[in-house]
Amino acid sequence: MIRDITLGQYYDADSIIHRLDPRVKLAFTLIYIASLYVGKSVYCYLFAAAFLCGLIALSRVPVHFMLRGLKSIVVILVISALFNIFVIDGQVLVRFWIFRITLEGLKTAGLMVVRLILLIVGSSVMTLTTTPNDLTDGLERSLGFLKVIHVPIHEISMMMSIALRFIPILVEEVNKIMKAQMARGADFDGGGLIKKAKAMVPMLIPLFVSSFRRAADLALAMEARCYHGGEGRTKMYPLKYKKEDFLAYLVLFVYLGCMIALGRLT
Amino acid sequence: MNKLLIRIRDLVHEYREYDENDVLVRTSRALDGVTLDVTEGSFVAVLGHNGSGKSTFAKHINALLMPTEGTVIFSGRDTAEIENLWELRKEAGMIFQNPDNQIISNVVEEDVAFGPENLGIPSEEIIARVAFALERVGMEAYRLSSPNKLSGGQKQRIGIAGLLAMKPRCILMDEPTAMLDPVGRREVLRTVHELNRDEHITVVMITHYLEEVTDVDRVVVMDQGKIVMDGTPREIFSRIDELSAHHMRVPQVVELAYELRKEGVPIPEGILTVDELVEALCRLR
Repeated sequence: MIRDITLGQYYDADSIIHRLDPRVKLAFTLIYIASLYVGKSVYCYLFAAAFLCGLIALSRVPVHFMLRGLKSIVVILVISALFNIFVIDGQVLVRFWIFRITLEGLKTAGLMVVRLILLIVGSSVMTLTTTPNDLTDGLERSLGFLKVIHVPIHEISMMMSIALRFIPILVEEVNKIMKAQMARGADFDGGGLIKKAKAMVPMLIPLFVSSFRRAADLALAMEARCYHGGEGRTKMYPLKYKKEDFLAYLVLFVYLGCMIALGRLT
Repeated sequence: MNKLLIRIRDLVHEYREYDENDVLVRTSRALDGVTLDVTEGSFVAVLGHNGSGKSTFAKHINALLMPTEGTVIFSGRDTAEIENLWELRKEAGMIFQNPDNQIISNVVEEDVAFGPENLGIPSEEIIARVAFALERVGMEAYRLSSPNKLSGGQKQRIGIAGLLAMKPRCILMDEPTAMLDPVGRREVLRTVHELNRDEHITVVMITHYLEEVTDVDRVVVMDQGKIVMDGTPREIFSRIDELSAHHMRVPQVVELAYELRKEGVPIPEGILTVDELVEALCRLR
């Protein structure tokens, strides 16, 4: 069961969005997020929301998967909305005790919430339609220019993909260690917060020791298989732009243009 | 055929321990004057109990460790010369004990492609090699699986496929079956035997299971960093007293045959398998 945990939140389906080059999807996400800050009018957000709905429809991922990401930010949404409602000055609508609610506050709060929702759902489109492997590949390729300023981008993406590979193994190991410690009388459930934190120590130390051992083994195995950094390395499936990818870029820039125009007009 | 592939002369390896001020506190000699020739295409098993130096020995062949003294020549190249390093590791692939800690990618085919990718081989060729290697170890059905869903034996076969994709001349195996169940152990051994036979790949297998070495070409026994016995499995297993002096336990059936002979039962020398013993005993009637 634990072997089946999905990493990231990839949802397997066959759609045009799934087949796009990960670099395109990265660019889409970045530009989409940026575009949300271009215009501040209702029309801008309506347009952005409509565009996003189109993408979701194309991706063939069930809508509730898209909205799942919102659960984790409900608290942030509520807090930022409340702040905006109570803090912003303007035409007072309601006043009680030391609080007052203004029309401008309500407006800003509403737009803020919509913006955050679009932002989260927008990035979910990428994470749900791209495998973690493709994502690291895409990052490595699209951030390749950073090599010029000595950012070890190949190494970073290699580390990311190794981390992805070892997460399920380490999760399994945590279970094993916990059971071993429980068999010797360790109590992971009882007590307050501090006691719980202390109970983690006999679990974390063996986990650390074994991860270091694994890391040493893996490094040796990689060296034995001729790994010597990104220099002179080829790929079995190098990322190649296809026709759809260029089309997607075109759509993206048309969208961005529309957003800027809408922002100016209103 | 029968060309010399590995030539080892007076190999010494010392592990040195330093304290925090870089002062040498202890040296331990893991290898103490090992001399060995391995011909191309042979299947050599290196036996020894824990701490006999057998793992250290294997890591010298693909230059993961450098000799303190002596030389290791692999197909005409000195392992101590740094410019030979990548060519050497391409030709002498290594399989390690823990199958999990040598798989890099979370997709089987990408892991098999890791070696050739490091060598800078063009994409189309990598795809062909990966397909060949996976087919050769009988894992083509798992091409797109996650290694986490495979058994230990299957993971080791993926590891072997990863080496095959680099077109090695020799496969070094450092206790490849120590963490496997009996089924996985058989799978892995069958795979390397097939590769040895069909692809003429030299195999050097480090192990401490004597059961695994009954059908190899040559058995080398190590103890305290030295080679103490060297011969065919039949020769080695007939020297039971000597083996136990080096802390090695022979397979049950071999021991039984030995004890029977000692008690005067007229069965031939050098029985290695249950079938052989059954046949010998049936002949007696």
